[in-house]
Amino acid sequence: MELLVSESSTRPSGWLWAHALLVFGFLYLPIAVLIIYSFNGAGVGGFPPRDLTLAWYRILFADGAIWDSVVNSLLVAAAAVAIALGFGIPAALALDRAHFPGKALFRRLVLLPLILPGIITGVSLLMLFNRAQIKLSLLTIVLGHGTALISVATTEVFAGLQKLDRAQEEASLDLGATYWQTFLRVTLPNLKLSIIGAALLIFTLSMDEIAVSFFLIGRDNTLPLEIWGRLRRGITPEINAVSTIIFVFSLAAIVLWYRLRTRAEGAPEIAAELMEPAAQGAQS
Amino acid sequence: MATSEQLTRSTHEPSSRSTLLEVRNVAKSFGKNVVLRNISLQVAEGEFLTILGESGSGKTTLLRIIAGFESATSGELWMAGQRLDTLPPYKRRVNTVFQHYALFPHLTVEQNVGYGLRVENLDKGEIASRVEQALAQVKMTAYAKAKPSRISGGQQQRVALARALVKRPQLLLLDEPLSALDANLRRQMQVELKSLQREVGISFVFVTHDQEEAMVMSDRIALLRRGELEQVATPREIYSRPASAYTAQFIGHTNLLSGEVRQGVMHCGSLSWRTREPDGPVLYSLRPENIRVAGHAARPDAVRFRGKLQHRAFHGATELLRIECNDGLIFSVRTGAREDWQGTPEFEFDPQDAVRVRASAEKG
Amino acid sequence: MFSRTYRNVVTLPPLVWVAVFLLLPYLLMFCYSFWSVSPAQTIVHSWTLDNYRELLRVEVYWQTLLRSMWIAARVMFFSLLLGYPLAYFLSFCAGASKDLYYQLVIIPLWVSYLVRAYAWKTILGSDGVLNTLLQYVHLTRHPLEFLLYSPFAVVLTLTHIYTPFTFLPIYASLEHIPRNLVEASNDLGASPAQTFWRVIFPLSIPGVLAGATFAFVLSLGDFLAPLLLGGPSGIMISNIVVSLFGAAYNWPLGASISLCMLVLVVSLLFASERLEKKWSFS
Repeated sequence: MELLVSESSTRPSGWLWAHALLVFGFLYLPIAVLIIYSFNGAGVGGFPPRDLTLAWYRILFADGAIWDSVVNSLLVAAAAVAIALGFGIPAALALDRAHFPGKALFRRLVLLPLILPGIITGVSLLMLFNRAQIKLSLLTIVLGHGTALISVATTEVFAGLQKLDRAQEEASLDLGATYWQTFLRVTLPNLKLSIIGAALLIFTLSMDEIAVSFFLIGRDNTLPLEIWGRLRRGITPEINAVSTIIFVFSLAAIVLWYRLRTRAEGAPEIAAELMEPAAQGAQS
Repeated sequence: MATSEQLTRSTHEPSSRSTLLEVRNVAKSFGKNVVLRNISLQVAEGEFLTILGESGSGKTTLLRIIAGFESATSGELWMAGQRLDTLPPYKRRVNTVFQHYALFPHLTVEQNVGYGLRVENLDKGEIASRVEQALAQVKMTAYAKAKPSRISGGQQQRVALARALVKRPQLLLLDEPLSALDANLRRQMQVELKSLQREVGISFVFVTHDQEEAMVMSDRIALLRRGELEQVATPREIYSRPASAYTAQFIGHTNLLSGEVRQGVMHCGSLSWRTREPDGPVLYSLRPENIRVAGHAARPDAVRFRGKLQHRAFHGATELLRIECNDGLIFSVRTGAREDWQGTPEFEFDPQDAVRVRASAEKG
Repeated sequence: MFSRTYRNVVTLPPLVWVAVFLLLPYLLMFCYSFWSVSPAQTIVHSWTLDNYRELLRVEVYWQTLLRSMWIAARVMFFSLLLGYPLAYFLSFCAGASKDLYYQLVIIPLWVSYLVRAYAWKTILGSDGVLNTLLQYVHLTRHPLEFLLYSPFAVVLTLTHIYTPFTFLPIYASLEHIPRNLVEASNDLGASPAQTFWRVIFPLSIPGVLAGATFAFVLSLGDFLAPLLLGGPSGIMISNIVVSLFGAAYNWPLGASISLCMLVLVVSLLFASERLEKKWSFS
């Protein structure tokens, strides 16, 4: 069959262009405002922005509480990645290859936190920790994030497994490697990109996580909760500054993640496998 | 015997039928990649024309240009006296049977076939009767209410055919429709398609890479190579009078005899025969079936050679032998199947059966 | 393909985790919903249906739930309105820039919810960017009050958050449509508009259902946007749960509402799944 690069599929009408522009504008407007006003001398609100200044950033960098919470968030995120991958990779393998009683239920449970409002996960874990008399702290937040984000790890690694050529593993076994050796030498390397992508995504989501953390926080704040606390007390432009910084980091992380994933698997699949398992029926 | 020059761009005009589709100097490039160079071709009313070529030859691109899914970089298309290439696909009286059928998965067989009529907003009763007729024509009436996912590949192909034919197009395009079927089903469908075309009477333009298929089904074959037309002729013509070495080798088996003509005698290895060709290097194509075992009585004009049997391929009714001569010449010979060959058998052929062909450049 | 020990090593850890941190908490939530809280602020472990009776009896729970569902419905509607044409644009019209646009859409998706909700707060307030802009260009003389601390603000913000969520599955399902179906439709005489309604849209329905479900379910359970932007008229059902686990301290009642939400969400997911199966043809 000949390789064809077809020309334009449909000539887009003016309306579609306008609509797309409008939606992109809508999506980026708040972010743009945030960034612009983080340099605004007069603070939040008001139009037009005046007095370009770095004052808010300076105040931000001197703010000890914020930095403490950043460190906490980083620790929590790192731990969450470890837990999510540590349990998510086996979960993906189990879903892809193993047959056991209760597999359908397991699948649904693992993927449920993806679509369930965070409050339910948070509240139910709160009750668990309360009954088990575990005091609320960064540890409980780590457990909460890990639980919620296993589903992300599972989804990403599962997609990577689908793309894996089974014949490679069979060839490895045929040539004398044991199951474990095959896993280490063939399976894992092929999943490298999926795992790194998953780690990146989980890290970013954990840094931003607030719904579940809301119920599980002890004495130490994570960054989102620290910001939240200040928001309750009133708006300060410092928040704009820290938000802008968060945006820049998230941007970098997501673009990196996307590049990794398209190298591994191709773009539309990302959307597909993130949504399909959560929304579709038992395919076990 | 026609000279090679006359055969180079032979557009053997279909006898008495009028021209339906005219492809005028069509060229197509995708960016820097030139896929079609200066194609000119005519399709007659009621003719079954096959565009034959390897992958990469541009055959599918040409078809898609006729259908309207690609636009030519230069050149024009005319159909029944009107300019065709300026129309979008949904305004052309041309319909396509796609390679992977492209049946709508969310519609039943019946709804698929009626789709093209529904978008024309025809009366419901008329749609129903035409659909019924079309399904009967392809023998799929029993599956009217089934969904495409439930029927086999061969059945899907018939539905795709019915869906296109029910529109009563002036021209039907078929993009390698049989390539996904297994061998026996393919042969059966080839016959059915041919008789369907005769029955319906509209022009078919059929694209394939399978030269046997092309020979079985076509009124004429247009052989495409690397974006250019090698030869356009009837199957018999293209087989017995190939214009170039490429054509001779692409269609059927052949022996290419390369040598030199000196003073009216062709010299090839240790063989020679009289010829009217002018002096110079020359290439001949000789079909394996035109070589026979040398009889006892020496025929005056026949060219004889002897060689060792290197290899034999059993094809059921016939065998294809590979004979290596002392002077280095290697021949493919097709004979009836035989039990055994002794020693170095002798073969002969008539020089008239050797067709002069133009040399073809090798692929880079 | 693999030995039993391999299988056990692989399946047991996640199974255990899921059992302990997902299944058990839900079961616990189930139990809590049948307990009650004593005046001394301790949990009384006697089984009772009082919580559910209270939910049925007291109006504010009903009203809030309905208001939450109405807000969620509007978010779903607007997200689809914004997300579908965008997905179509990317899938069918964007050509070589498709990849770039896709990245542009998912970037906001992963950038802090809190950051974005906060941004809207600064835009919509009486001293906010929008109001001062409108007054600056003399379109209004007084700040528009309804912009902030209202259901409007909640719907707007949640639509902003969830439009990319809705976009993703719709885009995926559009991408899955074989392009030769579009060509076949054109070939058979259908104009681009006809092709859209008769071929493309029906085949994209599973994606639409998935996206709509996401937007609805996640909006329904949201409590951050109402807290930041909803004001008294924008309180949603999750806010009630938050206060029951906080200041109002009535965990059993909170658990009962949460359980109801869980059941509602899971039912919606099931229903959506079945509809999607019905509409998927590959």
